[in-house]
Amino acid sequence: MNSRVTRLALGLAAPLLALVAAFAITSLVLIIAGDPVGGVWSTILQVPAERNMANIINNATVLYLSGLAIAVGFKMNLFNIGVDGQYRVAAFTAAVVAGEAWLPGYLNTALAIVCAMAVGALWAGIAGVLRATRGVSEVISTIMLNFIATGLVAYLLRKIAVRVPGSNEIGTKEIPEGSRIPSIPFSDNPAISLYGFLVIAAFFGFLYWFVLNKTRFGFDLRATGRSTTAAVASGIDVTRMTVAALLISGAIAGLVGLPILFGDAYKYGSTFQSGLGFAGIAIALLGRNNPVGIAVGALLFAFLDEQSNPLQIIIGVSPDIVAITQGTIVLTVVISYEVVRRYGVRLEQHHVGLALEGQVDPPPVPPDRSPDSSTTDSTPTDGAPGDDKTKGVST
Amino acid sequence: MSSPAPAQATPPAGEAPLAVRLRGIGKRFPGVIANDDIDIDVRRGTIHAIVGENGSGKSTLMKILYGVQAPDSGTIEIGGEQVSLGSPADAIKHGVGMVFQHFMLADNLTVLENVVLGAEKMHGIGSAARTEIKRISEAYGLGIEPDHLVETLGVGARQRVEILKVLYRGARVIILDEPTAVLVPQEVDELFDNLRELKAEGFAVIFISHKLDEVLSVADEITVIRRGTTVRTVTPEGVTARQLAELMVGSELPSPSSEVSTVTDKVLLHVAHLTLPSPGGRPLLDDISFDIHKGEVLGIAGVEGNGQAELVEAIMGMRRGASGDIVLNGRDLSSTSTRGRREGGIGYIPEDRHRHGLLLDAPLWENRVLGHQTRPPSERHGLIDKRAARADTQRIIEEYDVRTPGCDTLARALSGGNQQKLIVGREMAGAPILLVAGHPTRGVDVGAQGAIWSHIKKARREGLAVLLISADLDELIGLSDRIEVILRGRLVGSFDPSNVTPQQLGSAMTGAGDDPSTPSTTTSGETA
Amino acid sequence: MSDKAGVIVPDAKAPAKKPRRKLGLWWVAIALVSALLLLSVLRIVTGAGDLTSSGTIAGTLIATMPIMLAGLGGLWSERAGVVNIGLEGMMILGTWGAGYFGYHYGAWAAVIGAILMGMLGGLIHATATVIFGIDHIISGVAVNIIALGAVQYLASLTFVGLPGGGQTQSPKIPDVPTITIGPLSDGLKDIEDKGTFFVSDLASVLRALVTNLSSLVLISLLLLVVTYYVLWRTSFGLRLRSVGESPSAAESLGVKVLRYKFAAVLISGGLAGLAGGFLAMVASSNYRDGQTGGRGYIGLAAMIFGNWRPGGLLGGSALFGYTETLGLRQGGTSVHALLLAIAVLALAFGIWQVRKGEAVAGSVIVGLGALVAALYFSIDEVPSDFTRMTPYIITLLVLAFASQRLRMPAADGQIYRKGSAG
Repeated sequence: MNSRVTRLALGLAAPLLALVAAFAITSLVLIIAGDPVGGVWSTILQVPAERNMANIINNATVLYLSGLAIAVGFKMNLFNIGVDGQYRVAAFTAAVVAGEAWLPGYLNTALAIVCAMAVGALWAGIAGVLRATRGVSEVISTIMLNFIATGLVAYLLRKIAVRVPGSNEIGTKEIPEGSRIPSIPFSDNPAISLYGFLVIAAFFGFLYWFVLNKTRFGFDLRATGRSTTAAVASGIDVTRMTVAALLISGAIAGLVGLPILFGDAYKYGSTFQSGLGFAGIAIALLGRNNPVGIAVGALLFAFLDEQSNPLQIIIGVSPDIVAITQGTIVLTVVISYEVVRRYGVRLEQHHVGLALEGQVDPPPVPPDRSPDSSTTDSTPTDGAPGDDKTKGVST
Repeated sequence: MSSPAPAQATPPAGEAPLAVRLRGIGKRFPGVIANDDIDIDVRRGTIHAIVGENGSGKSTLMKILYGVQAPDSGTIEIGGEQVSLGSPADAIKHGVGMVFQHFMLADNLTVLENVVLGAEKMHGIGSAARTEIKRISEAYGLGIEPDHLVETLGVGARQRVEILKVLYRGARVIILDEPTAVLVPQEVDELFDNLRELKAEGFAVIFISHKLDEVLSVADEITVIRRGTTVRTVTPEGVTARQLAELMVGSELPSPSSEVSTVTDKVLLHVAHLTLPSPGGRPLLDDISFDIHKGEVLGIAGVEGNGQAELVEAIMGMRRGASGDIVLNGRDLSSTSTRGRREGGIGYIPEDRHRHGLLLDAPLWENRVLGHQTRPPSERHGLIDKRAARADTQRIIEEYDVRTPGCDTLARALSGGNQQKLIVGREMAGAPILLVAGHPTRGVDVGAQGAIWSHIKKARREGLAVLLISADLDELIGLSDRIEVILRGRLVGSFDPSNVTPQQLGSAMTGAGDDPSTPSTTTSGETA
Repeated sequence: MSDKAGVIVPDAKAPAKKPRRKLGLWWVAIALVSALLLLSVLRIVTGAGDLTSSGTIAGTLIATMPIMLAGLGGLWSERAGVVNIGLEGMMILGTWGAGYFGYHYGAWAAVIGAILMGMLGGLIHATATVIFGIDHIISGVAVNIIALGAVQYLASLTFVGLPGGGQTQSPKIPDVPTITIGPLSDGLKDIEDKGTFFVSDLASVLRALVTNLSSLVLISLLLLVVTYYVLWRTSFGLRLRSVGESPSAAESLGVKVLRYKFAAVLISGGLAGLAGGFLAMVASSNYRDGQTGGRGYIGLAAMIFGNWRPGGLLGGSALFGYTETLGLRQGGTSVHALLLAIAVLALAFGIWQVRKGEAVAGSVIVGLGALVAALYFSIDEVPSDFTRMTPYIITLLVLAFASQRLRMPAADGQIYRKGSAG
């Protein structure tokens, strides 16, 4: 039995199951509301035109970075809900730095990107330090920091912004031409292009995979996420890991606003996209914290967003219906991953049992079940190999 | 040689009626017989103790009596009436109350709230309940204030709250599971006063323990359980602590290893005055000192919960607040991190492999890397060398006979024995100079057990020093060059495995015949 | 009956403390009076008259209630051990419910509709966390995403084409009755205008209470009292709280843990929905997109600030509501005046901490106090961006400095599986 194929199949089964379930629930809502289910899906699921395709890819780039940032936290069982605040302060910083143009050309861009990552990391670091030193839940502190970031940036923008010529809006100084990231041509007629930042985003995706899976630091991080107790016993400094993970997550979050900044807007203005943090959580969950999975998830969400735009005009249904789909995906994906995981474990045990046929182990010595036992968590009885981790298994 | 068998206790005629009668109780789990044909009679107005080692089946028995488990065979009579207990609620209805060793109390609620929870219909949750609690407290000398927050109470008081909970619900039979495990001597005396009070009021008290000195001082009858079955029921007048210990442990002892000693003069691990305080109470480790030489296995024997786990964690650097010297091969480790200690040459086989030894959902080769991720072969220039790690994992699989389809299998899928073999192989692969092994063959099949023992012996011949913690006397006597007994955080006795008797070990482990407040040295003045 | 057994030696620990009274009426009254005194002093010293005007107080009431209701929802849920960050989403559902049912069926229908819609959100969260064992935060995030999308979708479905309605707002909805005691109101206004220390301020407060007082305010306050009573004085409440403190202990005593959690989250949703309804009906006059403005999270913050107790929750919500109202009115000058109060309090608190032996924390606080004082003297007005940030900053500060003192329910956030008890 080819275990690699099985593992791949199982890996795909869960998100597919989740999507199907989410689509089903959305359809149910549509039916209750009296909207045409068929019409909605046929509009959404049609092949996108080139212009739409470009939009999808561009938006996916942004979502991808958000998902990546959150995934780093998830690998350590940490929730970085503060992505919104982090990318806001980071994008603002990058816009200001790039606008000032202390360095020429692409050096300026590089500096701005580095500053963005540093500021994002710093903003996340506040929550990290609070958690490490005072035990404050990073969930609440990052949410608070989100709102503080909004106010802080709004204030600073007002202080230093210039008026955008020909409009009532304000924004930071425009980024000089030499520092803008060139777009990637997508099609010629009409001329459509993609954000150049796509390449940088893909690079960070690669970096994510490389650091986590190939380096010792990444091993430590993943081990801590899997089992803090085993990590401590193996010599890992868990507190340092926690802070490090949040810093890295914040640094990547700092990149989220940059594709648009360097590819389209060239300044930070009062109309700045928000709400990408939550979408990132959904995408990281859907993609199972895997850089390719997150990319697929990002594309999917961007696809849903883009394809639902014409819903209002074509059949009079509000495009917000996809938000329901997206939110439902969050729930269905978690449930279906758990279901598939349990199935997979049972399958594996079965295979291990088959493979070891003929080498049956004699019945084991019963484990000490003394009430004095310092382990309150379950050490499963050695009846069957690798029992599920059920709490409160008693002898 | 053993002393003459103690007289079987016969209930005098005209005794108090039976509160509980267990006949032929049996319970099996897959691969394990936990209880087999157990017979116990408990009379009203008595304190009945049940003693036995870890794994003897006492807790299973109590769970059956409290309705948490159903017996496979046998009958339970409560107050002369045969009952079937499907849940704790049934037990409570029949007047059986259980005080668990791990208290079931909500810290942030008051005593009153904890007591009435689930039984609000009895006296409400206000002044009527308060009055009733005060009444019970006064009647049995429990000294409990209903409106104090539980978190402010010390361990002894919490236990009294648990007792009160049980009394509040009308229990007439009270089971206490290892009640003195967490108490200081003063609190133990208070508890026993309370129990005598209850006995005088006609309650039946069942008391599970392995602290023979305490049991002898307070029980009216003692039942010994060994390997799941009742051995004998005796009265304290007719038996000595040594005899009890012998009953618990069994007169057979494995013959010690007859190999040539490999102990050298060189001290590899030097521990001096190791102390670990605990908030409000007796220290978890109390001035522990010992040396382990190159090629020596030091076995630590003791009933679980007397500081073994803390000792191991302190040596591994996993515990904050420990003071004292830990010197490995001349290097002072007191301020080194766990990683540093491992890199310095300590191998660690943790007591709970699922929590501390393995990443269950990771493949075997990643588990090979765990704990060794800063050294070759797993690591090179900051990167994980997957190929080398896998190759070495394969080597371990072959050398240690780990039964698995391959090194990509998830650790969770292996049986306990194979998981443990992998861990042993991994730790040995790091070429340690000291191996800290906590219950290395717990939950492991006999074949794997033998294999692990021979690997340890081989490493010992090559100069490895081993700190062996175990509750398995076979293991201790078979592997150790020297045995120290730990009791209440102190080392209380040093023995030579080749001539120690089961009574000696049993007594030292349970404190029978020794004054617990003064650490004894060797008690091998006994005739061999 | 035998006489008392031998001496019970007192526990080694410090003598047990009696539990602090949760909603001790005295405490609330004292706190309110002291706050008023402080503000009065401040008003005289800085001349910021709006600090205690009846308009401000009335505005504070209106601003406080949605936050308090949301916080109350959070309290019910977390007391049963379920973290609920989906309060914002449930509130949003409530605003739509008020808009829809209010327009079609009247004011009280709006109230019921808001509660029911909030409960719908609660149902999703309860099903996900209690039945499927999904992580509470993830479920909360999901509820927020779903609720926002659902409401926008529903709004365009149901409000477009109606007079005054559209994709982002509903037509005007009727309001619940308000109470005004005319003659008292006028009389108090005279006293207020005099500007005398404390007496005028007290008059402002009273006047706000008898002028255009919405019945929803009264209902909300009543719900607060009812919450206290139910959770701390009934068996139902005891069991619910035990589930959040120690589900295994509760289960070992026969409490059906999962049922209580489920009920608590439903109630939580209903309260958050009511908060949304309040926003739509009383704070404004229709449903509007984005109306909630993060108040669900502020409610959570108020709950934490209040140490998971109704009395503290009211205090926290009032603090946040007050600063929000000040910011909306004359804004800059009033908040500026508050800076002085903060500086003085910080200095006093910091010095007290140092004297207690907490050198590091104490000096940090004194430093902060000095900074704030310097700030006070250097600027005339606090920019509106910052006044809007006050609830969040205060929450962070409280968390950072008092998290050891705060006592959240011990099993909050724990995913509980039946049978986990001994």
